[in-house]
Amino acid sequence: MPHRTFFVFIFPSILAMVLFITLPILSVVVQSLFVQHEAVLITVENCTPFGCETQTRVDTAAMQKLQADQPMGQFAGFANYLNRNHLAVDEIGAILADNRGFGDVAARIFNLPFYKALSFTLVYCFLVTPLAMALGFAIALAVNTLPGLLKGPTIFVSILPMIITPLVGSLILAWMFNPSGILGATLQSLTGDPTLSLRASPVLTWIVLLVYGVWTNGPFSFVVFYAGLQTVPQDTVESAKIDGASRWEVTRHVIMPHLAPLATFVALVQLMDNFRVFEPIVGFSAEANATSLSWLVFNDLVGQDAQLFGSAASTSVITIVGVLILLTPVLRRTWREFNRKAV
Amino acid sequence: MKITRTFAAGAVSLAALLSASAAFADCGIQGAGSVRILSNDFEALRIINDVATSCATADVKVTANATAEHKNIQGPALTVNPAEYTVAVVANNSIVPLLNGDLIRPLDDLVAKYGASLQPNQLIKIDGKVMAIAFMGNGQHLFYRKDILEKAGVAVPTSYEEMLAAAQAIKDAGLMDYPLAASDKPGWDLAAEFVNMYLGTGGEFFAPGSAELAIDNDQGRKVLETMRAMTGFMNPDYLTYDANELNKVWDAGNVALMNQWGSLAGAAIDPAKANPEVAANTGFAAAPTIGGGTIPAAALWWDGFTIAKNISDADAEVSFQAMVKGISPETVAAHPDAATWLVAGYQPGPTAVGVIGNATGGARAYPMQPYMGLLHTALSTELADFIAGKEDADQALADVKAAYDAAAKEGGFLK
Repeated sequence: MPHRTFFVFIFPSILAMVLFITLPILSVVVQSLFVQHEAVLITVENCTPFGCETQTRVDTAAMQKLQADQPMGQFAGFANYLNRNHLAVDEIGAILADNRGFGDVAARIFNLPFYKALSFTLVYCFLVTPLAMALGFAIALAVNTLPGLLKGPTIFVSILPMIITPLVGSLILAWMFNPSGILGATLQSLTGDPTLSLRASPVLTWIVLLVYGVWTNGPFSFVVFYAGLQTVPQDTVESAKIDGASRWEVTRHVIMPHLAPLATFVALVQLMDNFRVFEPIVGFSAEANATSLSWLVFNDLVGQDAQLFGSAASTSVITIVGVLILLTPVLRRTWREFNRKAV
Repeated sequence: MKITRTFAAGAVSLAALLSASAAFADCGIQGAGSVRILSNDFEALRIINDVATSCATADVKVTANATAEHKNIQGPALTVNPAEYTVAVVANNSIVPLLNGDLIRPLDDLVAKYGASLQPNQLIKIDGKVMAIAFMGNGQHLFYRKDILEKAGVAVPTSYEEMLAAAQAIKDAGLMDYPLAASDKPGWDLAAEFVNMYLGTGGEFFAPGSAELAIDNDQGRKVLETMRAMTGFMNPDYLTYDANELNKVWDAGNVALMNQWGSLAGAAIDPAKANPEVAANTGFAAAPTIGGGTIPAAALWWDGFTIAKNISDADAEVSFQAMVKGISPETVAAHPDAATWLVAGYQPGPTAVGVIGNATGGARAYPMQPYMGLLHTALSTELADFIAGKEDADQALADVKAAYDAAAKEGGFLK
């Protein structure tokens, strides 16, 4: 294809990507470098139905002048990234300089909101991704052996968790895990512990969130792997069987190598998705025990009285950098394979 | 505000209800224009919106959007010119961003022209100018189960210390395992619990005239200690309870004492929706005091309406008139139990006992400082570890200060 034709074909997509992906990300990056203008405070008397009080308020006239001169606010460089609510460079330095051993360092670092969120985000990412892929692969293998009549309904049921809106899905599971819900009550009677609550302790909360993650992400792997299974060369499978390979050996030595490129693709997408984990934390009301980077952004912007745009923007940029770091090994491998094929 | 007139009020309201629908046919709004209302979503506000909407004529168009997301919408919606909404219904906290952004107009002229039915205490004055018209009060106050307290042989608690003793008595009597509940879910609710109790100690949140945080003191520690002690009598799931969830566990009959919003008191004893056994035994009282304090440990809230700045004067005039009609004494007479009204002629009903008790007991209003929202946010995330029992009070207060300082620097309030 001549370069010119290729360019004409691809131009609409590039335009859309620049408009809807690149420019917004750039604006977030710019936003993250600014803090708001220094507030001009005046003391005034406020009267409400419950009496009068002397309180400070913002001098709006003075602020408007500042705003007109510099609409973006004050340039702060990387201050938003380095402050206590994000990378907390000074705090980490202080902790490392003066501590009582490794346990103390870890406890104090995970007390900082960013690292607390990061720890759950990473654990979720690295446990849910492989487990969900394994589950999806197992379902795909199982469905593939079903007789034709049963396949359709089974596939439909298997991909239900993916069809359900994540927030709704997590709410459904949250109610089931409630001590008066079906799963919560069953667990209480099985363990004989009437006070057992999966939402009360950090460890149990994490486990529930991870189970939810595997449940909701499994179907995606299943769909992709199931499609892949249809392309496995049957003559190779048959010859392996004639050579006396067991079902496991066929799976291990024929099917898995065949699906490896697909697995890379699934891992890529799932890592990206899971790094942005958010809905289950809200759905399960798990904010006390588990937070994630996306939740930090949400908390800066929504549901509170004051919005912190610079803070939210810097967390977003850190999330993007995190996704890039996570994807580097997978992307490098794809690139190498691409080069090998090209040669 | 006398509570003894409860029964008379009930009779009056019934009569008013029958005549209400006809009374609103013509609101007599002068001028022409458009009224666009943005409000939070609860019963009292829906009633006001409905009355205002019924004022629509050929010259006056009225629309209303009642949504729990109003706080997130109002800033951008009132910044554009002309503003998306002409009326923003706000409370102590949500008016602050509108004031900071200079998005609402002074109402003195409009009050003089159309505000004959308003009472002086309804006018919210900021620096001498009327910026909002309040119409109802709200706040968290005590909900108690008469039957359980009676069986345990304890009186209705008037302080947090008595509340803990009562919880112990109820537990010892084998009546309930988890007699207490509070909206301790990390987020807005948890922070509100702290703010309520801290106000009750008489402490100040900030150093006078500045944004410097001042809660790292004995009062702050007393509040945290009390919050922690309460969790000992709560369902292990207490970290997942917000205010709406509280009403559900109350309705299920699982709790004997809790502090809950006055605006949800009606739902707790609503004969159509509530569990009849629980509703019959539900009583309301002022919020308890704390640490030997003399005032109820709960913030007083007002709900009121503001008029956008970036709209035409004609729209502002009709909007003001429609809202004054919406909060008129006739509306209140027709719906006396929907809220603790601040409107002339209101006869408090049984659900208003708590909020009125808070007000007459001298409870303090939720602070309106421009940086209070940042403190609320810092409390909402940093108290999570403490209330979960993972860190001590000193650490929690230090964390709150560190988080608040970082946010206040970003917000331009601290250097």
